[in-house]
Amino acid sequence: MAHLVTKLTLATALVLTAACAKKKPADLPPPPPTAAPTQETPPPPAPTGPTPGSRADFLAQTGTDTIYFATDAYDLDSEDEAVLAKQAAWLQKNPTVNVTVEGHCDERGTREYNLALGDRRANAAKNYLVNNGIGASRISVISYGKERPVAMGSDEAAWAQNRRAVTVVPE
Amino acid sequence: MRMLRLLPRRHAEPVSASTPQPAPSSPVARWAPKRVRGDALAALAALILLAAPAAAQIRVDITGGISAPMPIAIPAMPTPAVANTAAGDTAALGKRVAEVVTNNLKNSGLFSPLGPNALSPVAYTQVTAPDFPFWTSTGAQALVQGFVQANGDGTLTVGCYLYDVFAKTELTRQGFVVSPANWRRAAHKCADTVYTRLTGEGPYFDSRVVYVSETGPKNNRTKRLAIMDQDGANHRFLTNGQTIVLTPRFAPNQQTITYMSFANKRPRVYVYNIGSGTQRLVVDQPNMTFAPRFSPDGNHVVFSMAVGGNTDIYRVPVGGGAPQRLTTSPGIDTGASYSPDGSRIVFESDRSGTQQLYVMNADGSNQNRISFGGGRYATPVWSPRGDLIAFTKIGGGFAVGVMSPSGGGEKILTNGWQDEGPSWSPNGRVIMFFRTAQGSGKADLWSVDLTGVNERRVPTPLDGSDPAWGPLLP
Repeated sequence: MAHLVTKLTLATALVLTAACAKKKPADLPPPPPTAAPTQETPPPPAPTGPTPGSRADFLAQTGTDTIYFATDAYDLDSEDEAVLAKQAAWLQKNPTVNVTVEGHCDERGTREYNLALGDRRANAAKNYLVNNGIGASRISVISYGKERPVAMGSDEAAWAQNRRAVTVVPE
Repeated sequence: MRMLRLLPRRHAEPVSASTPQPAPSSPVARWAPKRVRGDALAALAALILLAAPAAAQIRVDITGGISAPMPIAIPAMPTPAVANTAAGDTAALGKRVAEVVTNNLKNSGLFSPLGPNALSPVAYTQVTAPDFPFWTSTGAQALVQGFVQANGDGTLTVGCYLYDVFAKTELTRQGFVVSPANWRRAAHKCADTVYTRLTGEGPYFDSRVVYVSETGPKNNRTKRLAIMDQDGANHRFLTNGQTIVLTPRFAPNQQTITYMSFANKRPRVYVYNIGSGTQRLVVDQPNMTFAPRFSPDGNHVVFSMAVGGNTDIYRVPVGGGAPQRLTTSPGIDTGASYSPDGSRIVFESDRSGTQQLYVMNADGSNQNRISFGGGRYATPVWSPRGDLIAFTKIGGGFAVGVMSPSGGGEKILTNGWQDEGPSWSPNGRVIMFFRTAQGSGKADLWSVDLTGVNERRVPTPLDGSDPAWGPLLP
């Protein structure tokens, strides 16, 4: 746009003026920067992207809403903690957002035990977040046991994807 | 004449009667069967209901890995006069009753029936005067004959007579008065009369099953509570599938069911009244509650509750009130099931590091591990006879098995990929469970005899899981 070209020309002029105001340099001043192309260019777009505090914003900032567990286990490994640390940071920055942590299991456990194990997993994630400064009343937990797998197979790869805790931010 | 061994009853733990809730009056009235008119010989069959003859001469062999099914003939039941009823005419009903009896006896695995579709009709006059030479020629060892009669007041009478073909004697008789809508119950009662007389076991055919009907993709199953007769008839859905529902169990009086629902994304235990279709929360508090069962006297619901990542067993009076905590270990304690006398509870706990079975008193005291078979054990259920506990054994898949309440005598009964969640028939002889297919995750109901034979699929309109077999109907 025209005013941008004007700004650049003016800046160039100011540079030259400034150079002339000082003691004459031993060397010639560097050539002025190439002026902007004379054709019209569009301005940078107005900032868009996820609404702050939304689920999309959460995912964009943290990378993932899911941590994974070993068979029959509910302890957090370092990868889990790294993910949860980012979640905690986001929750600190968005103090009015409340979340639900879901706990899930793979299909190789019995029905009721898996409900309890899912609850352990959800609470393991919640406890980490609480220990990192997030108020407990902001985090509710729910266990789905083995009722809602994401991976449909009956193999190690699928089971590993299903043993998870998911932090759900309202959309 | 071949005499089958008369086998002693399995020694059951003494069952002391706790005070039961009053049972609703039964829609099946017993009736002392009269002689069939028109046959002088039949007049010798007493007007009064007789006790079974003292020397029982045929019995079904019910132990051993491979039982020898007893050939038994069940022709269509004639009617003294064809009359229309709300359930069809009495002649058609007579055939259907015989079909239900045939089906029940066949599915028990202990009989090899010749049913009404394989036999010519018998005349009404033969009902109390069987043509024994003919029946002998069919190879049948026992014979069930009966009749269906419209009583003129809207009810039906179903007469049921059992004969020893070799000895040419009547073994027992029973009559039932029902409304036409309940004709199947009369057929089940007749089948139970025959079954108990010939096996020495308790009855179980006149009973219902509540379970979870499943459909849809593995990652988003639609689950609905459903109820049906144990043979699959009279099936109906109790919930609409909009929320996940799990593990329904009958109250002893069969008027209510307790189960767990994810309604409003708050997984909790409810009590559901079958007649009114209404339900209420058992414990109104925010934690997840699940795995509910009634006590045998119907006064308590025992259940699991997860508090801050720790699951324990609690019980609460059915009418409401503060839950009483029964377990306190930091492990997962769940899957509570009462002994039939209500004095003890078997449950699973991973307090030792892996899922194992424990027995405690009904007040939570004296908790002792009973499973030491070298595997992992879950979903224990105490037999209504008190003599055994069924369970899911975990290790390279799931299998259904039984052990004694002290932990010995472990026997594995099934061999699917994932056989889970056993439930006992009312007589403690048959175990229903669900089998999940590898990969598809498709689940179906199955049943197996206590001896491990006769593993068979229980037909349901869709897929099924979490079966709970109710008590015998009165």
